Amino acid sequence: MTRIDKNPNGGRTGNAVEVRGLVKQYGGPQGTRALDGIDLDVREGTVLGVLGPNGAGKTTLVRILSTLVQPDAGTAMVAGYDVLRQPRQLRRTIGLTGQYASVDEKLSGWENLYMIGRLLDLSRKDARHRSDELLERFSLTDAAKKPAMQYSGGMRRRLDLAASMIGRPSVLYLDEPTTGLDPRTRNEVWDEVQRMVAEGATVLLTTQYMEEAEQLASELTVIDRGRVIASGGVDELKAKVGGRTLQIRPVDPAQLPAMARAITETGLDGISGTQAVPDEGLLYVPILSDEQLTAVVGLLGERGFGIAHIGTHLPSLDEVFLAITGQKSSVSDTAPEEIAA
Amino acid sequence: MSATTLSTSAPERTPTPAPVRTDEGRIGLRANFRHIGALVRRNALQIKQDPESMFDVLLMPVIFTLLFVYVFGGSVGASLGGNRDAYVNYVIPGLMAMMGMNIAMAVGTGMNDDFRKGVMDRFRTMPIARSSVLIAKIVVEIGRMLVATAILLGMGFLLGMEIKTSVLDLAGAVGLSLAFGASLMWIFILLGLTMKTAQAVQGVAMLVLMPLQFGSSIFAPPSTMPGWLQTFTDYNPLSNLADAARGLINGGPVAHSVWMTLAWAAGITVVTAPLAVAKFRKKS
Repeated sequence: MTRIDKNPNGGRTGNAVEVRGLVKQYGGPQGTRALDGIDLDVREGTVLGVLGPNGAGKTTLVRILSTLVQPDAGTAMVAGYDVLRQPRQLRRTIGLTGQYASVDEKLSGWENLYMIGRLLDLSRKDARHRSDELLERFSLTDAAKKPAMQYSGGMRRRLDLAASMIGRPSVLYLDEPTTGLDPRTRNEVWDEVQRMVAEGATVLLTTQYMEEAEQLASELTVIDRGRVIASGGVDELKAKVGGRTLQIRPVDPAQLPAMARAITETGLDGISGTQAVPDEGLLYVPILSDEQLTAVVGLLGERGFGIAHIGTHLPSLDEVFLAITGQKSSVSDTAPEEIAA
Repeated sequence: MSATTLSTSAPERTPTPAPVRTDEGRIGLRANFRHIGALVRRNALQIKQDPESMFDVLLMPVIFTLLFVYVFGGSVGASLGGNRDAYVNYVIPGLMAMMGMNIAMAVGTGMNDDFRKGVMDRFRTMPIARSSVLIAKIVVEIGRMLVATAILLGMGFLLGMEIKTSVLDLAGAVGLSLAFGASLMWIFILLGLTMKTAQAVQGVAMLVLMPLQFGSSIFAPPSTMPGWLQTFTDYNPLSNLADAARGLINGGPVAHSVWMTLAWAAGITVVTAPLAVAKFRKKS
């Protein structure tokens, strides 16, 4: 799939990031193709989620876009600069937070931020202020003087995010920013990302979690084995893969067909995918929004169906791949996420 | 597999007719100094956080001085036409040369470790000259070398070394060994960036260093060595440096050895520094 751009290398297209035909091969001609012709756009002021399993090429993509790795073919423009020909200019406009926190472990949180401020040409005074301000904002003030090696994983990740923001970058890359974090810390990171976007940053976010993409991104590009296999708005993609699934266990399994019929008759968007599975005693209802959820549960109550258990289920990465390509992803041992409603 | 078309959920933006940006990304000299300053501060803070990393600098001069003066001092001193005291004045300037080499080697192994950390990725995505990361490291290491040299001279004075020239000449000897040591650091930085592990760097460095150090005039005058070895020591830059430092502290002809040392230092730097910076730039 390719989205043809009317103005691929000319003036501004409203895209902060434009990637065309990006190829990166490791280990010679017989080696693996980490990227095999990627196209994608991130519009200014939006979040693009790049969703894919381990080894799909997400990190290679981010490393190319941040000038750490040179592509073998293709072009990439970031904030109007060519990644290959204008790396120095490009570095002034980007911030990068990788999967592995890139802070100096021996330095305190404050010293890390101050150093980066000075490297970004802030005056001593401004660098001091900005460090204090960002530590405060990321709730790290109490740990400001402690060396980063004593920080917890979540604190380190927050320090890393703060470090990426010192220069107020217009384009921010977040490479699996919450991988390995506990749910509470993950939510803190999400809050910060949302705040940055509210302040006008453009974000390219890579993730393995549908939930994270759904939470943060307005558009999604799904990649596998270095290729884009789907892209579009989060809502469209969700509609395509079925969004969340509502699981209902009736008190009386005999009522399953009647319940399914009642729900289908509402004619809600996408509701025709409702399935009764008598073997499991479960009814699966695809839902696209909280309103639909409320409507479905309300309807069952009105009609007097007895419900023993109810839960919602977000599609796992595997299910997303299954829905899009009809086959499992290249890495299919990802555990499905179950979230109780 | 068709792609879903774009949604229009994001806020509409008025397209600005800006051309592709063409501004220069040059980094000015003052900015460069500022960056090096910030990175020197980083390296210095690392030492403060981890004072044990100064052990080599503090202990090496003490141990080497004691060992060489008391093990070889008597016999080599006698062949120099004096006693152990004569050897002190002979070996301390030589050890100045050796100290530089050992500290430079540590830079290589330290570099290798440092470059495996994520913070290097951050530096490489920042608008700073990539050489500034390396130069900052060298500035700090020269500081460490200065500390080691001060301790070495302190030990020398304790054991009876005399300056037969002037303090200015002594300062010249120190400056010369620092300049040569700094040039060696570029070699080891290059090695550190090229080799896979810190252990490998150390292994290779030891193999090269041992013959260079002992096949020189650092520890004993080459006059009793076989001819082929004397030829080797004559061309060994460590001999030049040791002879220069010795001449500056004890008096005697220095012009040749000083110029040779400076030429070596300049030559090594001119060749290896750009290679090291290029290697650093490409490392991914």
